[in-house]
Amino acid sequence: MSWMVWTLPTAIFFSSIAAMLAGMTIWELRSPSIERKGFLPISTTRGDRLFIGLMSAAFIHLGFIGFTSLSIWIALALSAVWLLVLMRWG
Amino acid sequence: MNNKVYNNRAWLLVLPMLVLVAFSAIIPLMTVVNYSVQDVLGPNASFFTGTEWFRTMLNDSALQAAFGRQIMFSLIILAIQIPLGIGIALIMPKQGWQASAVLILITLPLLIPWNVVGSIWQIFTRGDIGLMGWGLRELGINYNITRNAGDAWATIILMDVWHWTPLVAMLCYSGLRSIPEAYYQAARIDRASKWAVFRYIQLPKLTNVLVIAVLLRFMHSFMIYAEPFVLTGGGPGSSTTFLTQSLATMAIGQQDLGPSAAFSIIYFLVILLVSWVFYTTIMHLQKDKNSQGGV
Amino acid sequence: MSYQLENTQQGEKYNTIFSKVPAAERRKRHSRSRLRKRLLLGTYIVLLVLPLYWLLNMSLQTNSEILGSMTLWPQNLTFDNYIGIFTNPSWYMGYVNSIMYVVMNMIITMLVALPAAYAFSRYKFIGDKHLFFWLLTNLMAPPAVFLLPYFQLYYSVGLFDTHIAVALAHCLFNIPLAIWILEGFMSSVPKEIDETAYIDGYSFPKFFIKIFIPMISSGIGVVLFFLFMFSWVELLLARTLTSTDAQPIGMIMTRTSTASGIDWGTLAAAGMLTIVPGILVVYFVRNHIAKGFALGRT
Repeated sequence: MSWMVWTLPTAIFFSSIAAMLAGMTIWELRSPSIERKGFLPISTTRGDRLFIGLMSAAFIHLGFIGFTSLSIWIALALSAVWLLVLMRWG
Repeated sequence: MNNKVYNNRAWLLVLPMLVLVAFSAIIPLMTVVNYSVQDVLGPNASFFTGTEWFRTMLNDSALQAAFGRQIMFSLIILAIQIPLGIGIALIMPKQGWQASAVLILITLPLLIPWNVVGSIWQIFTRGDIGLMGWGLRELGINYNITRNAGDAWATIILMDVWHWTPLVAMLCYSGLRSIPEAYYQAARIDRASKWAVFRYIQLPKLTNVLVIAVLLRFMHSFMIYAEPFVLTGGGPGSSTTFLTQSLATMAIGQQDLGPSAAFSIIYFLVILLVSWVFYTTIMHLQKDKNSQGGV
Repeated sequence: MSYQLENTQQGEKYNTIFSKVPAAERRKRHSRSRLRKRLLLGTYIVLLVLPLYWLLNMSLQTNSEILGSMTLWPQNLTFDNYIGIFTNPSWYMGYVNSIMYVVMNMIITMLVALPAAYAFSRYKFIGDKHLFFWLLTNLMAPPAVFLLPYFQLYYSVGLFDTHIAVALAHCLFNIPLAIWILEGFMSSVPKEIDETAYIDGYSFPKFFIKIFIPMISSGIGVVLFFLFMFSWVELLLARTLTSTDAQPIGMIMTRTSTASGIDWGTLAAAGMLTIVPGILVVYFVRNHIAKGFALGRT
């Protein structure tokens, strides 16, 4: 495993992704998601919205890192808010 | 297709596949993410650099240029291969031994290892021993792919058209074959013109396969590496250095693990976004069709 | 199906245009357009085959003839280049290595892809759509992204420079492809067949092997063709994961350039030989290949 050169931040990152997937699975088993149409142009399920949210979060981070000198925490906060908005009204 | 049973035990059937693909996909992907935030000097010597590599890569002018070239290349070959592929599919014989012979001949370029394709074209376009290079020289055209960037570009595009148009043609051909003969008969009774047959019978049937063709061609052209590497080596200068080659040079040639990993992730995110858009489009096309009670 | 053909107005429009043309003239026009089609197709095929012909031409010449003068066909036909390859183990082992990892990959992929594709075509389960999309992204992932981790992964598990390493690495894109195509073929088999078999007392494995697999055998043939194709043409991963014992032929070909210049004849002969297995495979599936290209979905 040493060749994978783990660091604490990346370990936290992957653990939270795994936790999200596990959480979504349990949620889905408890109450199956119904496809619905929110403000996004396509109708989505819960999982779709999570995926869209995570992907836009990645691009928000890249934009902050590459083209501004703002702190990455601002990007993180912004992504979290966006993810919540998307999950609720997307 | 619509009457699938809900059964979570299906996961058991998927599990062996999942283990194998995860071994090949997830472990390396995690490693790439780990590399991207560190300066990896050796097995036990690495320093945390945070987001530094991402910043460097996003602002690297050589990479931006390679990205621009890549987009241009992909658009050019799509603009040539898609219409050409449709055209070839329309004129391919539909049955008999001729159909088999044409099928086998047309699939040939797809079955050649990619670096051999590069070698074939490198030989073919050489001024001294290649038929095309020699022929153009005899015609008085000053053609040199190692000196002239325009010639190198034209040759790479020609090579890619030679190599991959068969895939588009085969996809379209299979789409055309699925049109029932009754449709054509109806069109004959209506005395529909050829254009009308194409526009209202053939093209609608081709939409599905064309989306697949565009998707596959776009993705493969983004990965193009071996053919231009063998043919031009990215030259003259860096005029034909595409994304994957920049990446391979950085990762293997210069052993810059951190930056190349950061670059890989950016590259992967772009690919992910594009494939997601295409995939959603395909799925919605199919859903619309089903809801109309069609095929 | 709402094709605009039923639109009578349009039909009438074409009627009036065409009824002015006599039948004999129309037949003539038809045969002329047929001839034009054949000519266009012929031109394309000639252009397609020309680079390959040139390779064949060079592989049958001696190096002095290749470099000496421009000859459109071999003046002194020689098979020395081919004989050289077939008598030198360091050359022909390249072909053996390539074929070994390709066949291993085909077997592994089929074993895991068949049940998975069945699950996707017959059942809904949690995360099925996302799982399918994730599989497809692996088809899109450029192998260059994974080169270094692959090298280290296979090195650390002790598989470096073995055939199985390359076969496993190629699973990355071949398993998703196989599932994608097989799912299409399986979905076109009516579900009633499964149900009848279960009522008749077949267990799942017995039904799958005895009834289901024979029903989609043409699909399996086409998938094997695609697996062969993508594993055979890929070299970036194969090259990275091998050094001597399992080196693919494509890598050995780079040896033709030595200090004394490039051995063009041998290079051309080796290149020709990399095409032969592909021709054999495509010949076997020629009747089903068109359906396979549409991923079984037509």
